[in-house]
Amino acid sequence: MLADYLPILVMLLVALFVAVFVIVLSRYLGPQRPTRRKLMPYESGMEPIGPGQRRFPVKFNLVAMLFILFDIEVIFLFPYALVYKQLGVPGLAAMGVFFVVLVIGMIYEWRRGALEWE
Amino acid sequence: MVPTSYYVLLSAVLFILGVIGVVTRRNALVLFMSVELMLNSANLALVAFAAARQDVAGQIVVFFVIVVAAAEVAVGLALLVAIFRSKRTTDVDEIHALRG
Amino acid sequence: MTEITIPPIDWRVATQLCIIFGWASVLLIIALFVPRSRIRVVGYLAIAGLVVAAGAGIPFWGGSAETFGGMLRLDTYSMMLNWLFLAAAAVVIAYSLNYLPKHGIEHGEYYVLVLFATAGMMLLAQGGDLIVLFLGLELLSLTLYVLTGFAYPRETSEESGMKYLLTGAFAGGFIVFGIALIYGATGSLNLAAIGDTLARAALAAEDRTYLYAGAALIVTGFGYKIAMAPFHMWAPDVYEGAPTPVAAFLSVGSKAAGFAALVRFLVEAMGSQWPVWAPALATLAIATLLLGNIGALIQNNVKRMLAYSSVGHAGYMLLGVLAAGAPGGMAGQRGVEAVLLYLLAYMLTNLGAFGVLIALEQRGELTWDINQFAGLWARRPLLASAMAICLLSLAGVPPTAGFWGKFYVFTAAWQAGFGWLTIIGILTAAIAAFYYVRIVVQMFTAEPSRETPAETDPALRAGLVIAIAGILVLGFMPAPAIDLVQRSVLATVGGQ
Repeated sequence: MLADYLPILVMLLVALFVAVFVIVLSRYLGPQRPTRRKLMPYESGMEPIGPGQRRFPVKFNLVAMLFILFDIEVIFLFPYALVYKQLGVPGLAAMGVFFVVLVIGMIYEWRRGALEWE
Repeated sequence: MVPTSYYVLLSAVLFILGVIGVVTRRNALVLFMSVELMLNSANLALVAFAAARQDVAGQIVVFFVIVVAAAEVAVGLALLVAIFRSKRTTDVDEIHALRG
Repeated sequence: MTEITIPPIDWRVATQLCIIFGWASVLLIIALFVPRSRIRVVGYLAIAGLVVAAGAGIPFWGGSAETFGGMLRLDTYSMMLNWLFLAAAAVVIAYSLNYLPKHGIEHGEYYVLVLFATAGMMLLAQGGDLIVLFLGLELLSLTLYVLTGFAYPRETSEESGMKYLLTGAFAGGFIVFGIALIYGATGSLNLAAIGDTLARAALAAEDRTYLYAGAALIVTGFGYKIAMAPFHMWAPDVYEGAPTPVAAFLSVGSKAAGFAALVRFLVEAMGSQWPVWAPALATLAIATLLLGNIGALIQNNVKRMLAYSSVGHAGYMLLGVLAAGAPGGMAGQRGVEAVLLYLLAYMLTNLGAFGVLIALEQRGELTWDINQFAGLWARRPLLASAMAICLLSLAGVPPTAGFWGKFYVFTAAWQAGFGWLTIIGILTAAIAAFYYVRIVVQMFTAEPSRETPAETDPALRAGLVIAIAGILVLGFMPAPAIDLVQRSVLATVGGQ
């Protein structure tokens, strides 16, 4: 039974071997003459300006949180989409209640100004 | 077919990794991620059991768990931002105005 | 394409829940349009909603029904608990009406969140399915995290909110994994169905492992919520940092709801496994009694002391839970009654004690040192006597509500065969009496170290009067309350 998965294991091992082999090969065969320029993060000759991680304003955090909440609450629509015909009117009513709840949340965040960027 | 117990074992390992993460790590963001790992390991177990029993109830729970996890993280991030504004840190060891 | 028919919904079961959920949603919108200066109106409206919901339950008293495929129950047990939650929420809102403006944190959302938390508690009392219990727990917890951190930008409030969230989310993870394992073992999420499966036949070895691991995880998760040792470490910090009315709500509501769900889970689903879980839970109960009461002994901060004392009270209630699972009808029913009566007494008493703390609390002054109580009798005799009554009730001195709670719990545990546990309970109650009486002595004999002004307002006074009157009425005339509690049966315990 587990034997069915043997090819996958073989493939994993081959991939692992190839990757490690190539890295080791280039490490030993390639000539290595490091200079200051070459050791810089971007080897294209640009002088780095400032730290790589940019700080971004907290507003993004707020928008991201609101997005995640609404985005995930909408997953309940997927099971409903599969059976909406069989469920008929009672199902529609139930999802209507669900939507009213979502809309209440929406009105709240709108009126509180969470959607305004400035 | 992979036996269900294998999935359960995997999810148990993930769950324990999550628990270890919560207990040992100190950055609040990493703690949230560890909790998320715990919840999602449970989701894996639920889906595995639901598939084994040909029963849909387990999959329904997964939906609810996903939504609750998102809500939990949203509240957590909001509190974290509030703390960060005054203390400039996300390290839970640095937050110790209260004893204990 | 087969038509799926949705089974008819028994709206009686969901009436109270619908009122609270609907009213909370409406209030959320109303609060947006109420001007800043009149925001207190939202609080009055919230109390009105709680009263209406409590009244709406009266016609259904006595029956037992379920709907949504057994997901939601309404038996006398859950109805009794619903009333307790609604009353506690109303008192907490009354406490908050002046507390919030005094501390500059008056927002309409506060009252809405209290309503949602109440709805979460009611779900925990009425849930007949692991999904519903999980959702109720998370609804309650998520709103309480926000309420705990409500005193922004006070650092301790944010910090305690964060601590509560981290421990709560951790506990939530345990519960979800426990639910997954129990589902795997029994193939069902419905408490009654799980109970049937377990009672009918022995499980296979593998499934038994899942079952016990799952049950242990769920009890651990609820253990965090009810502050059971060794999962109680968050409680003192969170109580200290949270706004005081929220701490009161936490100490009574969240604990009662946790116990409501724990009793239902252990009795209804795991009842047949009582010989397995009883010894484990008994060990935890002993640890809770000892750690809570000894922890309270060394506190000089009254708010932290109340937190540790609430851990100790969780231990006494666990004795009732142990008895509730005991086989043989009578003992089990008496255990459920004991938990309910204890919860009733504990809620009244803790609400009273926190009310006095709120009266003594000044803006920006967050010590709650025991010295603040020195000579309170000379300055504010009414407040001092209220606090004394609450503390004596917490200690279980007759004739107060706390005495009847302890008496009932101890006899229930004794009848269920936990003799030695009862003795430990009585010994720790003696330890507990020491630290409660210490404050009483401070209030009545010590010279006031400095002038601490105490302010009360009509709403706070009303809440305090309700709590104190409840303690005394229950203390002197326990018969009506005991009668009410005796009619509050878990649908399955009473024989469905």
